[in-house]
Amino acid sequence: MKAKSIYLLLIPGLIVVVFFLFVPILMIIVPTLKGDQGITLSRYIIFFKDAYYMSILMRTVRIGIITTLICILLGVPVSYYVAKSSPKIKGLLLAAAIFPQLTDSVVRSFAWMTILGRNGIVNSLLVSAHLFTEPHMFLYTESAIIVGSVYLFLPLMIISMVGVMDSIEDDLVEAAESLGANKVVAFFKIIFPLSVPGMIVGSVLVFTGTFTAYTTPQLLGGNKNTVLATLLYQKAMTLSDWTQASVLSMVMILITLAVMFSINKVASRFYVRGV
Amino acid sequence: MKNNKILVLVVILVYVFLCGPLLIIGATAFNSGNIMSFPPKGFSFRWFAMVFQSETFMTTLGISFQVAVLATLIALIIGIPAAYALSRKNYRGKNIVQNIFISPIIVPGVVLGFAFFRFLIIKLQFGVFLSLLIGHVIIVIPYIIRVIGSSLDNLDFSIEEAAVSLGATKLRAFFLIVLPNITSGVIAAFMLAFINSFNNVPASLFLTGPGVSTLPISMMSYVEYNYDPAISALSVILMAMTVLIMFIIEKTLGLSHFTK
Repeated sequence: MKAKSIYLLLIPGLIVVVFFLFVPILMIIVPTLKGDQGITLSRYIIFFKDAYYMSILMRTVRIGIITTLICILLGVPVSYYVAKSSPKIKGLLLAAAIFPQLTDSVVRSFAWMTILGRNGIVNSLLVSAHLFTEPHMFLYTESAIIVGSVYLFLPLMIISMVGVMDSIEDDLVEAAESLGANKVVAFFKIIFPLSVPGMIVGSVLVFTGTFTAYTTPQLLGGNKNTVLATLLYQKAMTLSDWTQASVLSMVMILITLAVMFSINKVASRFYVRGV
Repeated sequence: MKNNKILVLVVILVYVFLCGPLLIIGATAFNSGNIMSFPPKGFSFRWFAMVFQSETFMTTLGISFQVAVLATLIALIIGIPAAYALSRKNYRGKNIVQNIFISPIIVPGVVLGFAFFRFLIIKLQFGVFLSLLIGHVIIVIPYIIRVIGSSLDNLDFSIEEAAVSLGATKLRAFFLIVLPNITSGVIAAFMLAFINSFNNVPASLFLTGPGVSTLPISMMSYVEYNYDPAISALSVILMAMTVLIMFIIEKTLGLSHFTK
């Protein structure tokens, strides 16, 4: 096929994406950099010097990091087990991970509201077991957001690691064991390092997903635990402070890109070393 | 290794964690009382009836459905030719073009929503429904390009060349040879794009207006002020839809696609 007609097939899609994605994003970002004389970063300097904004940024990053670490910790053994199961069990376990992935995030957060709420399942269990005399507030805390985020993104971690785990030869583990390593050592010395590429892909997805999530922090975090995404919505729609919302947009885009870029850089070093 | 007791225990606990909450929601949907309770008190379909009688839920369900179907169809019409062009030989700028089509996935959802709001509703003065539709076309394009791209990668293009050398035009060869061979990819792409549009919250949040909202958005505002099994009943209905979609994806693309 001639190059010309190939470009022709791409044009409608490119026009739509450029006009309805790139133009709108540039339109919100460019004005944040405009000063009286040329380009200015003053709006960003103000943002990064503001203690309130910084506490929200830090909370968002903290939730993202903790969620990602928990997902790695749980995702590695589970994805290994899934990958090494018989085809039937494997299909079943994969389906059970994909199902929540395709279920509405409002439904998934609502499930945790009913579990962690004041009259929720955890509280009624604890009170009826006489561990607590009155209900404890689990909901509307940072921990609730983390639990909800792990719930939201653990399937993604498992799914992105199963493929990599598939390719780990069983012989390697058996060899390690026959040479005297116990099961735990074999796991950490063989399976863990070999699963790093999948772990990196999964971590990028989990961190950026948690970092930018709106539904879970909104429903499980309440008003006190604002994160960047909920702050952006407040600024844009409740307060109509479009300039600040645009600054926040830029900050979110830059951090997302920086994380993707730097983690991929680390990943490529691993590949070079042949791990 | 695989049968290590600790490993099996971790796997069981994780799957209880993953499946438990949705099962609990399912159970609370059949409550006969006025409040959420688990284990459910009594058994009734009253909350399902309440959902079907609710004007807000039914209207927004209709809008979500229309937007998801239309956005997916539009994205297919512009995405299939693009995916086809991307699957052919290497040419200059191919990687850049590929990245442009995937880029909507990289932009944080709320940023997308805010940008759509400023551009489509404020600047271009488009109606809410049209803005919502355009926004969702952008959101689903990456899924279309990826899934159809991977089915085209598995296609042996020599059959297309054979058709052309036997006298078929390029266009005829595409519709008679290429398209029928990627039907399962197209169906799976439709399903994935549909569910991702249907479930979207962060972008839709900025694109609602008088009388126009999507189901997830109306569910969100409902749970912020009410705490009753109506949302559980709606969740059960949505989960049934998800099961159906997963079944179709399994029959076409195979669920193993997700692990690639």
